[in-house]
Amino acid sequence: MSNVNVFAVKTLTQKEYFSSGHRACQGCGETLAVRLVHKALGRDVVVASATGCMEIVSSPLPLTSWEMPWIHVAFENAAAVATGVEAGLKALMRKGKIPNKKIHVVGMAGDGGTADIGLQALSGALERGHDFIYVCYDNEAYMNTGIQRSSSTPYCAATTTSPAGSVKPGQTTWKKNMPAIAAAHNIPYVATACPSYPMDLVEKVKKAAETPGPAYVHILSVCPTGWGMPGEDIIKFGRLAVETGAFPLYEIENGRYRITVDVPELLPIETYLKPQRRFRHITPEMTEIIAERVAKEWELLKRRVEFSALD
Amino acid sequence: MAKQVGMEVSIAAAEAVKLANVDVIAAYPITPQTHIVEHLSELVADGELDAEFVPVESEHSAMSLAVGSQAAGARSFTCTSAQGLALMSEIVFIAASMRLPILMILANRSLSSPLSIWNDHSDVMSVRDCGWIQLFTENSQEVYDHVFIGYKVSENHNVLLPTIINMDGFILTHMFEPVYIEDESVVKQYLPDYVPKFSLHPDKPVTMGAFAMPTLFTEAKMAQNEALKASYPYIMEAWKQWGDLTGRYYNPIEELHTEDAETLLLTMGSFGETAGEAVKAMREQGKKVGLLKLRLWRPFPFEELRRAVSGASKLVVVDRAVSFGGPGGPAASEIRSALYDMDPRPQVHNTIAGLAGRDVTVNDFIQIVESAETKKTDDYEIYGVRG
Amino acid sequence: MAKADIEILWTELEPGCVVTEPGSSKAYRTGDWRSFRPVLNKDRCIQCGLCWIFCPDMAYAQDGEGYYESNPEYCKGCGVCAKECPTNAIGMVEEEEPEL
Repeated sequence: MSNVNVFAVKTLTQKEYFSSGHRACQGCGETLAVRLVHKALGRDVVVASATGCMEIVSSPLPLTSWEMPWIHVAFENAAAVATGVEAGLKALMRKGKIPNKKIHVVGMAGDGGTADIGLQALSGALERGHDFIYVCYDNEAYMNTGIQRSSSTPYCAATTTSPAGSVKPGQTTWKKNMPAIAAAHNIPYVATACPSYPMDLVEKVKKAAETPGPAYVHILSVCPTGWGMPGEDIIKFGRLAVETGAFPLYEIENGRYRITVDVPELLPIETYLKPQRRFRHITPEMTEIIAERVAKEWELLKRRVEFSALD
Repeated sequence: MAKQVGMEVSIAAAEAVKLANVDVIAAYPITPQTHIVEHLSELVADGELDAEFVPVESEHSAMSLAVGSQAAGARSFTCTSAQGLALMSEIVFIAASMRLPILMILANRSLSSPLSIWNDHSDVMSVRDCGWIQLFTENSQEVYDHVFIGYKVSENHNVLLPTIINMDGFILTHMFEPVYIEDESVVKQYLPDYVPKFSLHPDKPVTMGAFAMPTLFTEAKMAQNEALKASYPYIMEAWKQWGDLTGRYYNPIEELHTEDAETLLLTMGSFGETAGEAVKAMREQGKKVGLLKLRLWRPFPFEELRRAVSGASKLVVVDRAVSFGGPGGPAASEIRSALYDMDPRPQVHNTIAGLAGRDVTVNDFIQIVESAETKKTDDYEIYGVRG
Repeated sequence: MAKADIEILWTELEPGCVVTEPGSSKAYRTGDWRSFRPVLNKDRCIQCGLCWIFCPDMAYAQDGEGYYESNPEYCKGCGVCAKECPTNAIGMVEEEEPEL
């Protein structure tokens, strides 16, 4: 049963900005995230995309799934290209070469394009204070190239470059905390989101768009192919990620933390992990280690909410 | 009226970028390019140039940002050297493939290692096949003029390709030279505002940078190659128009004392002035020696070259880069293949000299020519190396 | 509609391979990827729109009566709609092999 206030979604626009005929896998959570982000942003946007799943499924010449202006250049530079677009539009409007009008500039990349190879360009763009929105579509590995680990892959997850073996438990490192890295740039808006909570996602993207200066939105995008689950379960697993505390939904507005989907009591982490093929090898000991870490992070997040409300 | 003033060549270059009324400057510092971006930042800070000056965190982002701003329809500029070019080279290739008319000044410097900040052409030769229009300049005036000429050609809807202006690091960038600074009205007349064929704007959405399957990739590359070849007459036209306005005319290959020359020297960039002195000195001794200065590197001026060398028995090409394990210097290698079908064709002797700013004097050029005159077959050597 | 890539001549490409027709991927039918198709039981449907909003293929649209129907040209048959339907109004039915 859905958590969503039934009928609320009907308030969202019927207009699609990402078109059918794209070649994403059955039940692609990332596509759904893209679709919702652009329902939130509307018509007046320019998108700069990194190389990755969304780029490949949407732009096989001579076709495009994009209804709005969209540019892809390379893997690691979505933030640099997006801020180039922003700088260009700003200069052209100021010099009277194009009419003055609010155009939202969006940079988009997967977790590899954000947390690994694109981190430097993103840091530069956030630091320089451009008025743009950066969206990380996090499916927790390099799915486009065949499910290799990234720094955003969670602990113990098996990928094709972090296989579970007799000595190694799969991924040996903890998921990089990208929202915290973005927040460390003291930008005005940072949020996490998940398409399983469409109204929460849309509201955050709208807030990101309305915020002057850089905004960072990190979206958990369930990948049935890479995680090993039926495509029909993507919404369920997004919800489980939130309800177990594996991926809390929160926002940081001018330094102030707020949990947007509260979970009074976290569900046991194994309800999220066990049904996924990438975690099917995990032992009770590994589960315990993960559960402890998740509980600690959740407490830390709640503390941050309290502390940041003080000033 | 243009007025002649003395200034550092980098400052003159920045002044030209200002007069070109660029919209976006992507800047990352690297020696010996720094004075250009420093002066541009001053011009923007003082309100003399209305542009977004974006101090990016790397050269890779400098070129990426310029791609974004140019795709948005803004006249964009960046400049770099050596390692900076190597770092951004991934996007340099993409900028041309996406047909974005960015202008870049490359303050030529050696590629590491050993680390060196000094001048040669190993940087630009590493992106020989990047698909940009590529020009070499010899003095301040040529750098200054080619900022306007570069944009004029690049932004032509029949061209839509980016341009690299090569200027030798230190030898040009840090030199004080006289230069004619043009009136704004002349530049405005020559170079109107940039009108993009396609731009990223919600009123007319386009997709840029889509991927091609093998069924279409070859067609994309054919179109790109034909576009670069087809830019040649527009470059000639832009030079002619600039010459008519200012009295300063340019050619793909500049010639000096070539009329009855038996031996021709060929150089690129700032070598031209010293080599010119050497040729004059040899002429005074009664030697039939001439000089070819190759200005246009891409698109390569095949016809011009064949015409310019016809009648000569020896062509001495001086390279400032090494094609390791290959046929010598990259310029000589291209020139040999360009002349392969000529009958008779001159013997091509290749000398690699002036690596990492090592001085090449008038006497050195004379020695290079005299040494080549004793050779019987095509060859190459690295000049002046010890041991 | 754009030509198929195999038919395009190099002279027909826009500079930089720019694509000028937004959303042209609609010409590509993903419906034949499907092995199960969603079937709506209108008696149970409360027209809440969850099937529509959770569809990763933008296959759902409302009909004149307000029911959400999936477009067989694009539906890949992932089954998210059936799974998330709060009244179990959508069932997944196996597609029959086309007769040869």
